[in-house]
This record gives sequence, structure tokens and C-alpha cells, in this order.
Amino acid sequence: MAQSNLRKIYKNFIHAFPLLFIFFLAFTGFDLTFFLFENSFSFNFIYAVIFYWVLKKPERLGYGLIFLVGIINDVVQNFPIGISSINYLFLCAIASFIRARTLMPNLLYDWIFFLIAIMIVSSVNYTILTLVFDYPIKYGTLMFSSFITFLIYPALSKIFYQITIIDLREENAQ
Amino acid sequence: MATETGRDDFVIAIRSAFLKKGTRQKFSLFTLLIISTLVLSLEYFKSGPVDTFRSIAKDLIFKGSFFISEPFVYIKKNYYNFKDHLQMYEKYTELKNKNYNLDSLKNENKFYKSENNRLKKLIDEKNIYSKESLLSKVLLDQQSPYLKSIIINKGFKHGIKLGTAVKEKSYFVGKIINVNFLTSRILLANDLNSKIPVIIEPSGANAILSGQGNNNYAGLEYLPKLKKIKEGDIVYTSGIDGIIPQAIPVGKIIEKDENLFVEFFVDFNQLKYVSVNK
Repeated sequence: MAQSNLRKIYKNFIHAFPLLFIFFLAFTGFDLTFFLFENSFSFNFIYAVIFYWVLKKPERLGYGLIFLVGIINDVVQNFPIGISSINYLFLCAIASFIRARTLMPNLLYDWIFFLIAIMIVSSVNYTILTLVFDYPIKYGTLMFSSFITFLIYPALSKIFYQITIIDLREENAQ
Repeated sequence: MATETGRDDFVIAIRSAFLKKGTRQKFSLFTLLIISTLVLSLEYFKSGPVDTFRSIAKDLIFKGSFFISEPFVYIKKNYYNFKDHLQMYEKYTELKNKNYNLDSLKNENKFYKSENNRLKKLIDEKNIYSKESLLSKVLLDQQSPYLKSIIINKGFKHGIKLGTAVKEKSYFVGKIINVNFLTSRILLANDLNSKIPVIIEPSGANAILSGQGNNNYAGLEYLPKLKKIKEGDIVYTSGIDGIIPQAIPVGKIIEKDENLFVEFFVDFNQLKYVSVNK
């Protein structure tokens, strides 16, 4: 009985993994900030999670919840409330568009499209923050952080793929 | 003909991305983008019911964030404790070798304090800053490339005001930039947007301490060229802005590549409790 309950919890955890992970990232503001040439940079894991799951398994990550994650992220990071939601939803739109247009998905294409997507989203983010809100933000830091997020995307993609496989296996085992 | 079909496909893909609700999706992206824009436009309301609602929402999110981050904060705390333990012997030897002569320093300090008070009375200077402070717990430590700030568990319910100075022990940490009902956000002195008026002693030079996103040191702006400032000089808040009280120690002068910087007395990675001037 106990083992069956544990199995159920494990299955539900794997099933809801993208949601739990994205909310965890938003609430904790986890970004692995590091220093390079006396400037601090960070990874934007939320971009990678949203792009991967909307591209591969959109039914696991509701747009409404992505909107909510954006609101939480804005409060934690002290951005104007709503800006991250717009960024994340734009990213969803780009991922969804790529999904509709791609016939033969492969990691290299996804990787290149991810770079294009985060560059567009970061530019939108920078434009709104500086032009509308006069928010002091360094363009170089923002773009470099997006670029290093692009660099780790294949590794994250492999990990997420394994999770998808485990999820599928659990579903089929039932 | 082929171009037209390609354009149609492109339009269909865009339309399906924005307007079509996916499987198990309750809202279309277009609807949510409109809602996000509306929420973003509410940022222009800085008072009234919108602000109250925002303040409550922020409090709730900060509390949630505090509970979720707690295990990681615990790990971080233990990591720094462990690091401190490893350095204990070195620190002990360093302190042992230094001759502080504390009694003599205490007496000297008492003398200067009484002399300072007497002189202030002579020139009829009034202290406009309250000496009362409020001890607060650090709920969240948000240090990203875009923002170096902490969230404390006191808000306007406890009498916290915007712009007031925050200290750890007696050292300057930052100032309040956002006050909610139960929580407040402190902009740390090392944040890129932090500008604090300071005075460098013993030369008495006034300057602006400008955060550079670095946890250990900050830059100095508008530094007078004629004043003689050397490594080891102490930097205090000058109180010129009329908000932050004067004479709060910030750090000491260090030299790097022929430029002067201020090395902070506070370790921004290990802030647990801070006191907020009332």
C-alpha cells in the first residue's frame, strides 16, 4: 500500500515536473549568478523550460500558469508587474509557431530557434523596461545572460527529454 | 502560386499560435497578452486601491517565496558556517597578533563623543534623525545581475518609511525602496542603481558611493581631485540628502588599477538580521 502511494507521488511529480520546476524558479529567483570580468551574469532557466515544454509537450504547461509565473517573477525580481508575463507569453507564441511550422524536429534547429526566440524576447523586454518605465538595466548584461542561457539549452533539453521519457513510461505502465 | 501558399501557411501558423487554445489550455495566448498589458499598465497607479492590492499580493508572494527558499537558505547558512570554521584558526591568529588596546580606544572615543556634543551645542545644530531603530529579519536575499536587494519582514504596519537607512550592527547596508503592508525591499549599497552621498575621513571629501554590482566593493563618483585620499581611509554616510543619517560607516578605501574604490564592511552574502532607522 505504502509502496503504491509512493509510486503515485513519484508519477504525479514527474507528470507535473515542468510546472513545479518553473514555479520553484520563479519563487526562489534561482539563476546561478556568477562573476566574469567583474560583472555578474546569470542563466534564465525559465526561458529554457518554457521554450522546451511548449515546443515538445504544450499540454504539460498551461499558458495561464505561465502568466502567473511571470507575475511572481516580477514581484521577486522587482520588475514592473506584468513584464515577465508578456515576455514568457511571447516566448510561448514563438515556440508554438515553430511547432506548427516544423516537420522534422531536431535539436540543432530547436537550439537555433531558441537563440532567435530569446533574442526577440530580451529585446522586447529591454525596450519596454527602458522606454516605458525608464528602468535602469544594462543591455550588455541582459543580452549576455540570454546568450549563456542559449549555450546551456542543449544540456537542459537532454535532461528534459529524459524526464519526458520517464513520464511516458509511467503513463504507459498504467 | 507557391509563394501564396507559403504566405497562407505562415499566417495560419501565427494565427494558430496566438488565437488557438491548445489541448488542456483554458486561455489563448492573445487573451493572456492583453491581460498582461492591462496588468502592466496598472503600474502607473502608485496609490489608492490598486496600490493596496499590489502591496497585499507582494506580501503573499514574498511569504510564499520565503517558505520555498527556506531549505536552500539553510544550506547556504551552513555552507558559510562551515567556511567560517575552516578560517577560524587563521582569524584567531590574526586577532591575537593585533594589539588593539581597546581600553585606551574606548576612553578616546568617549572624549571625542563628549567634545562633539559640546561643539554641536555651540553651533546650535539639531539632530533631525531619529535614533530609534527596528530589528528585522531578512526573508529573501535577491542578488541577480539586475538587482541586489533583500526583503525584510517589516512593512508600513510597523512604521517603516521609504528611503530610510538600513544597518547591520553599525554598518550601512542600503536603503528602503519599496514598502508593503508586512514586508519591505531594501536596495543594497552594491546595486548598480544605488547612489549614496558619503564623506571620506580624515580628509572630509564628499563623494557619491555608486554600486557596481560587486559584492565586495563599490565605486566613488564626483570625488574632488585636490583632496588627499589614501588607502585605508574610512567612508561614512554624509547625510547630505537629508534622509540617510550621517556618520554610518560604509567601508574603507582601497586602490585598484590606480582607481579608488570602497570596500564594504558588510558581507552582503550573510545578512540575517538588519536594523531599520525609524
